[in-house]
Amino acid sequence: MTELIRFTAAETAGAIAKGEVSAVEVAQAHLDRIEAVDKKVNAFLHVDTEGALAAARAVDEKRAKGEELGPLAGVPLALKDVFTTKGIPTTCGSKMLEGWIPPYDATLTTRLKDAGVVILGKTNMDEFAMGSSTENSAYGPTGNPWDLTRIPGGSGGGSAAALAAFEAPLAIGTDTGGSIRQPGAVTGTVGVKPTYGSVSRYGLVAFSSSLDQGGPCARTVLDAALLHEAIAGHDPLDSTSIDAPVPAVVEAAKMRDVRGMRIGVVKEFAGEGYQTGVMQRFDESVELLRELGAEVVEVSCPSFTLALPAYYLIAPSECSSNLARFDAMRYGLRVGDDGSRSAEEVTALTREAGFGDEVKRRIILGTYALSSGYYDAYYGSAQKVRTLISRDFDSAFAGVDVLVSPTTPTTAFPIGERADDPMAMYLADLCTIPSNLAGNAAMSLPVGLAPEDNLPVGLQIIAPAMADDRLYRVGGAVEAALNDKWGHTLLEEVPAL
Amino acid sequence: MSVMNLVSYEDALASYDPVMGLEVHVELGTKTKMFCGCSTELGAEPNSQTCPTCLGLPGSLPVVNAVGVESAVKIGLALNCEIAEWCRFARKNYFYPDMPKNFQTSQYDEPIAFNGYLDVQLEDGSTFRVEIERAHMEEDTGKSSHVGGATGRIHGATHSLLDYNRAGIPLIEIVTKPIVGAGERAPEVAKAYVAELRELIKSLGVSEARMDKGQMRCDVNLSLRPHGTETFGTRSETKNVNSLRSVERAARFEIQRHATVLTDGGTIVQETRHFHEDDGTTTSGRIKDNAEDYRYFPEPDLVPVAPSREWVEELRAALPELPRVRRARLQAEWGLSDKDMQSVLNAGAVEPIQETIAAGAPADQARKWWMGELARRANETGTELAEQPITPAQVARVTALVAEGKLNDKLARQVIEAVLAGEGEPDEVVEKRGLAVVSDDSALGAAVDQAIAENEAVAAKIRDGKVAAVGALVGAVMKATRGQADAARVKDLILERLGAEGQ
Repeated sequence: MTELIRFTAAETAGAIAKGEVSAVEVAQAHLDRIEAVDKKVNAFLHVDTEGALAAARAVDEKRAKGEELGPLAGVPLALKDVFTTKGIPTTCGSKMLEGWIPPYDATLTTRLKDAGVVILGKTNMDEFAMGSSTENSAYGPTGNPWDLTRIPGGSGGGSAAALAAFEAPLAIGTDTGGSIRQPGAVTGTVGVKPTYGSVSRYGLVAFSSSLDQGGPCARTVLDAALLHEAIAGHDPLDSTSIDAPVPAVVEAAKMRDVRGMRIGVVKEFAGEGYQTGVMQRFDESVELLRELGAEVVEVSCPSFTLALPAYYLIAPSECSSNLARFDAMRYGLRVGDDGSRSAEEVTALTREAGFGDEVKRRIILGTYALSSGYYDAYYGSAQKVRTLISRDFDSAFAGVDVLVSPTTPTTAFPIGERADDPMAMYLADLCTIPSNLAGNAAMSLPVGLAPEDNLPVGLQIIAPAMADDRLYRVGGAVEAALNDKWGHTLLEEVPAL
Repeated sequence: MSVMNLVSYEDALASYDPVMGLEVHVELGTKTKMFCGCSTELGAEPNSQTCPTCLGLPGSLPVVNAVGVESAVKIGLALNCEIAEWCRFARKNYFYPDMPKNFQTSQYDEPIAFNGYLDVQLEDGSTFRVEIERAHMEEDTGKSSHVGGATGRIHGATHSLLDYNRAGIPLIEIVTKPIVGAGERAPEVAKAYVAELRELIKSLGVSEARMDKGQMRCDVNLSLRPHGTETFGTRSETKNVNSLRSVERAARFEIQRHATVLTDGGTIVQETRHFHEDDGTTTSGRIKDNAEDYRYFPEPDLVPVAPSREWVEELRAALPELPRVRRARLQAEWGLSDKDMQSVLNAGAVEPIQETIAAGAPADQARKWWMGELARRANETGTELAEQPITPAQVARVTALVAEGKLNDKLARQVIEAVLAGEGEPDEVVEKRGLAVVSDDSALGAAVDQAIAENEAVAAKIRDGKVAAVGALVGAVMKATRGQADAARVKDLILERLGAEGQ
């Protein structure tokens, strides 16, 4: 049964639909794999064995009755622990929510269940999705399956590592500044940040409301597209949800043809700080696109250099407000309630004990940036930069169909290396942040290993808002060409655990 | 500060000019909360009307109640405001356990309605224009009850209970521009403004605006400045004043308190104050010397509200007759002088009179009863006129019985009293008490004959043509019939018997 865990999601669903394997067998194979390797990887915070097997049984019963199965029915999935799951713990990687059992399902959770997807459990993440290495989890770091001493990216390191460790063929992440794409890049997996507003945020525990976006993580472009289709679409419970048809991403993933497409290389994403091997694989990818018949041009987006500082004002500002609700009054951690202390003191002691350093740093930063007298200079200026960045994208997309860049300047760095240097950590999201600020769509796709460290390199593809299908068209074509060239997928090179 | 040490109201006004700002919160009568589908019904089991959104559970999101926005626009239009073409919600950040998210979803620098006015009528019939700064949408908080202390206040309490049923109920906050120039009438203006606003809100059908139920709450901001100066003094903010009378008293007390402090050479502290119904005083609440920093920023979980001009015009066209216009119309219809209309207004008799007329009574009769007998009774018992235990329909029935000649004025009064005493419908009372006018000639004939026999001297005068003397005999008959006779008929019968007919 070891083969089952190496199937793609599309293959798994096909095999289940044809009756070649039962959904329960598939679920059990993945639960066994988790049991075998997750002590080393630490991708999961909670494994829902019972729930997964029950969901798998339901799929098998449906099939037995001759009912039609959806394209992902019976496929296991690892869910980032930032989406609420009714009756299943949701911690967001924080002590603050240890033991909290949500009374409701996120819209995304409901859609997965409705699609017959088998949710294996909840994955590790940087606390409240703040970080680029998963080291900020209150429950210990996750290892990168390519090298367990290195980070799997963040904040969705657990989801990406679960894919690369063959613990699940599909995973869900959230991307506020790169938390889907950067883990995808450093683990050799596919991660997509859909257009802001295309996947409901109802039940996604907010870090930065105007930037957060849930999205698919997978080992192949087609699998990501199938998952994208399952989770995207208008939700009346999320006011910022877009009421428009989801672009035909599955169809695009199958096209494998980029002839005539115009592709822009972002000039600003190169130079100092970019690892040689990363740039080498990136340049090869650009060359490959040209060979595949795309027209490649260089474009300049001068405001992108301001994206990182703008992001580190907007995201902390929103987080300082979003995380105010963790006050020990209604749910979660409660510290110091000995009958003698006031509610205010209990709130202060709880927040002191329950939040990690990075979360506190951002709350303080955001509180400061929103303060009277500083608001215009900080939050106000950052919003102006946001507008400039959107304009840069607009003028770029006037001339090209998609933009490309490295996903992240370096390959996976060793656990602990940047833990005490927030600025170095923040640079990991340099190339991904502009898309969050503009709300458009972007994908990271593995394009090989950096020669100097044999670690995966990601290619970022960026498309205009609501043109998510272009990501899959370009991504699908590049993936197919590379697999042809290598004779196998990149993940087949992951060392045995 | 006790009432005894206060500078008198007259002295306060002699030296200072009051400046007021009134902030009124109105709970909208929408079926569901502002940002979720929970019921807004009052009085339910604590925390039974909550969901992830109004409890602020992690991951939950708000969705704007369209009826709430419509109500806000209606209120704005009725207050002669401009309606924003595009506006946003904002987060007002502060920690308090009764606020589930520790921020209130409100509006900050982009209110839905702004720059309006409300003309209010004072007791002397003159009109005072109160300028409106803005009306904005927000959500209510939950309710804390502090247990274990003596006063129900948090001080001294052992623990607090939280009920989030109220959390998320839509509120409209209506803020006036500084009210200047009211002088000694400032407290009256405050009361008249809140009263007019309440009528307006009720007429729009967007809230019952019951102050006793907390559906409408008023904060009275007040400062004094020496006569002849332009700069405003430091203000106090008296919070949650919950009746019209209290609004007036709170303003009056604060004028006296400020004057006392200022006259003593002291300075007013910028703070919130609590109003006490029992003795009409206010006491110190929270100090607000460093304006609290609420770190407002646009609510990223909600999209902007952009009321289309067509829709706003539709709502404007569909506005009901506003209280002021309605009052003018009724005054004309009822044929009242300004002074009489003002008395009707002051007595709270507009609604009862109008409903009595609607139930078939002539305008003068309806007004006569409500402004006479019933107003007197309301005054004596210190109750609202509209709350008397008699319905407009019952009053109308009494006037009908009078018109039919079945009751005379005196009997009608008795019927009204009996209805107020709970003896039933007017017709039942007439029946049970045997109050119908005696107009049966044979029954009356005996009483008339008796009266003539007992007052021969008077009868003789009438026979001699001094018809004016008939009153004495009518009085005797009425006395004998305990007032149940139809006086006009009695007069006719006497004149007939004495051969003075037709004179």
